[in-house]
Amino acid sequence: MKGRVSLELGSGGQLMREFISRHILSTFDNHILDELLDASHLPHGIAFTTDSYVVDPIFFPGGDIGSLAVNGTVNDLVVSGAKPEFLSLALIIEEGLAWDDLERVLNSIRQAAAKAGVKVVTGDTKVVRRGQADKLYINTSGVGRIVARPDLSRVAPGDCLLVTGPVGDHSLAILLARGEFGLEASLESDSAPLTFLLPLWEMGAKWMRDVTRGGLATILSELAERLPYPVLIEEEKIPLSGPVRAAAELLGIDPLYLACEGRAVILAPADKADAFLTELKRNPLASQAAIIGRVEDRIGRPKELLLRTRTGGLRLLEPLTTELLPRIC
Amino acid sequence: MDELRHGAITAALLRLVQQKTNRLGRRVRIMEVCGTHTMTVYRYGLNPLLQASGIDLLSGPGCPVCITPDEYHEAAIALLTQRPRTTVASFGDMTRVPTSQGSLQTVVPAPGSRLRIIYSPLEAIDLAMTHPEDEVVLFAAGFETTIPSIALTVKEARKRGLLNFSLLAALWLIPPPLRAILQAGEVALDGFLYPGHVSTIIGCAPYRFVAEEFGLPGTITGFEPNDVLLGIISILDQLLANKPGVEVEYRRAVPAEGNQRALRVMAEVFEPKDAVWRGLGLIPSSGLRLRSEYQDFDASSRFSLDVTSARGEKSHPACRCGEVLRGLLQPEECPLFGASCRPESPYGPCMVSYEGACLIHFKYNRPGKEK
Amino acid sequence: MCLGIPAKIISIEEGNTGKADYLGTKVKVNLSLLDEIKVGDWVIIHAGFAISRLDEAEAQETLNLLREIASQENPDS
Repeated sequence: MKGRVSLELGSGGQLMREFISRHILSTFDNHILDELLDASHLPHGIAFTTDSYVVDPIFFPGGDIGSLAVNGTVNDLVVSGAKPEFLSLALIIEEGLAWDDLERVLNSIRQAAAKAGVKVVTGDTKVVRRGQADKLYINTSGVGRIVARPDLSRVAPGDCLLVTGPVGDHSLAILLARGEFGLEASLESDSAPLTFLLPLWEMGAKWMRDVTRGGLATILSELAERLPYPVLIEEEKIPLSGPVRAAAELLGIDPLYLACEGRAVILAPADKADAFLTELKRNPLASQAAIIGRVEDRIGRPKELLLRTRTGGLRLLEPLTTELLPRIC
Repeated sequence: MDELRHGAITAALLRLVQQKTNRLGRRVRIMEVCGTHTMTVYRYGLNPLLQASGIDLLSGPGCPVCITPDEYHEAAIALLTQRPRTTVASFGDMTRVPTSQGSLQTVVPAPGSRLRIIYSPLEAIDLAMTHPEDEVVLFAAGFETTIPSIALTVKEARKRGLLNFSLLAALWLIPPPLRAILQAGEVALDGFLYPGHVSTIIGCAPYRFVAEEFGLPGTITGFEPNDVLLGIISILDQLLANKPGVEVEYRRAVPAEGNQRALRVMAEVFEPKDAVWRGLGLIPSSGLRLRSEYQDFDASSRFSLDVTSARGEKSHPACRCGEVLRGLLQPEECPLFGASCRPESPYGPCMVSYEGACLIHFKYNRPGKEK
Repeated sequence: MCLGIPAKIISIEEGNTGKADYLGTKVKVNLSLLDEIKVGDWVIIHAGFAISRLDEAEAQETLNLLREIASQENPDS
């Protein structure tokens, strides 16, 4: 790649996927990194992950940059088959940030960590000149204990995909909090810890991913890409909140590409899908969980992600190519 | 309003389409003029179902992003990358069109400059008010649906005495290219699905020449899947009765006379000009420019940008967007389609715009094979 | 680009602006392109402007037509 880095690289689209494969994987060539799990599985039963948070605004309905930084890292561990235990916390603060705001964020981190059952055990603080950062950036790394190993080689036709709740609320809550596009809705970010999914690993979950940047369509395409079967999703079954449905239509955005910060997709064995759904629905954070699709053998070609539309048509779902939305995580 | 998307009704409408094409005894080729119709057809997976019912749909020139020649995009990119403290405000999909210098999204702005994606053109006025030290350029592409809003935005800038607001206008009128396509006679057509929202502004009259001079039926159609099917049925009925006209399926939104107030605002701020369309070339009175009273808001003269010498040629020698826009070629027939030209690495604007035929075909028209 | 959404006007403010409701989401809308818009009217919104007033009787007629086609096809439903 020539020239200079543009914003598009960070958008979670195709350019970032290329960057990771051409630059990151080849530069740091090792078999742990190559697996590209949300959290890497290390020797001695340890899982390890890291993530940076640059959301604007730093406070939004349903959360703030602090709780986001805890939940995002906790969730990467959970969906990689690990019980989250320890976090690091690095703060990059813009000169001039109100002390009140900083304390509010730290408090929020404390509460989110307690809720997720993790301890913040190390950290770092840097302050940069005004204009060199936007208020506050946070990096958290997380360490967890491996409880299961996601295994796509066991996936078989008939296995079911479940989503833990309506998708897209986080993206939209951020947009609304920025006051852009003149939209108003009573809507909160879905930011939440997904630790309640851990029992599903014991029940035989084959794979999980949290629905973050790129949305449901992108993570499911990435799943289908790695399977020797097609995956079929039913548009009608995908839970969407009213405001997400409405705002997506108003702005001409497909909600299947909107990010969440507290939702996941789970691949369950065919005969256990209903039990998984019952288990999920016991938790208030997943009361609207639904079975949205299955691994196919009757339709489509290997590696395809297909969508059965509301009107009965069938089409391919592509991963996100370019994100048009502003900084959301 | 569920009826407009209801799958069982869709199935019933498709059977009705089939009965009517059977009665006609031949396949029927219809151009959907508007990219938003293309989107409905493919997003809801209607195309294979329509094909099976005897209807072949061709995408028309109704995607402003697609038909805006490269020179406009390059002018916006030049402003963003070369001029400090300049905000280019633009609708989302204009920002991804590739040129020899990249797209508005992939270039690195000059110091203090930025790209702002907007939903309403009035957001550009707010930006100019809140950043008086910056130049704010509204890079607006659109058809009659959008033009009145752009005109009001310019009037608002005048009312507020804004000196740091200007307009880079890529504004196009829908009826002239229809005439150009029919006069060229390159493509065999049986009728037109006329754009629903353009027609809320212009009404029925501007399409009459299609029926009167070229003998082809057409129906102004809404954007829900079952609207589109009703529009197609209306065209089939006109063919069966051998009475080509301008029918309105989208009656709930389109008065026959259009929106006179919007037309007046448009005419107050803009005047027609001969304009070059990508793929279609020079079309008489098909574009708009600011009237002399509003000339001081013209970004091309304020910043000496040259968009008048646009040639409307393809961005890449092998790119065939032009033929796709004229209905001569289905996207799949272009040798670049899906191979080197993909949404993440587009060669032409039809693979960029949400309403571009190539992008829509790429995303939605590759159904999994039923075993 | 010619995306338009039907929404209901819920408030009208000074300067020809108002708010419209679409499925519970409120959107700021400029009303300058239409004559005598009242609270409760349905409009088509495009790029933040109301470009057309929806005619409820006509909308009802289209829905009736669709229901009729469906019932003729399938008398049981």
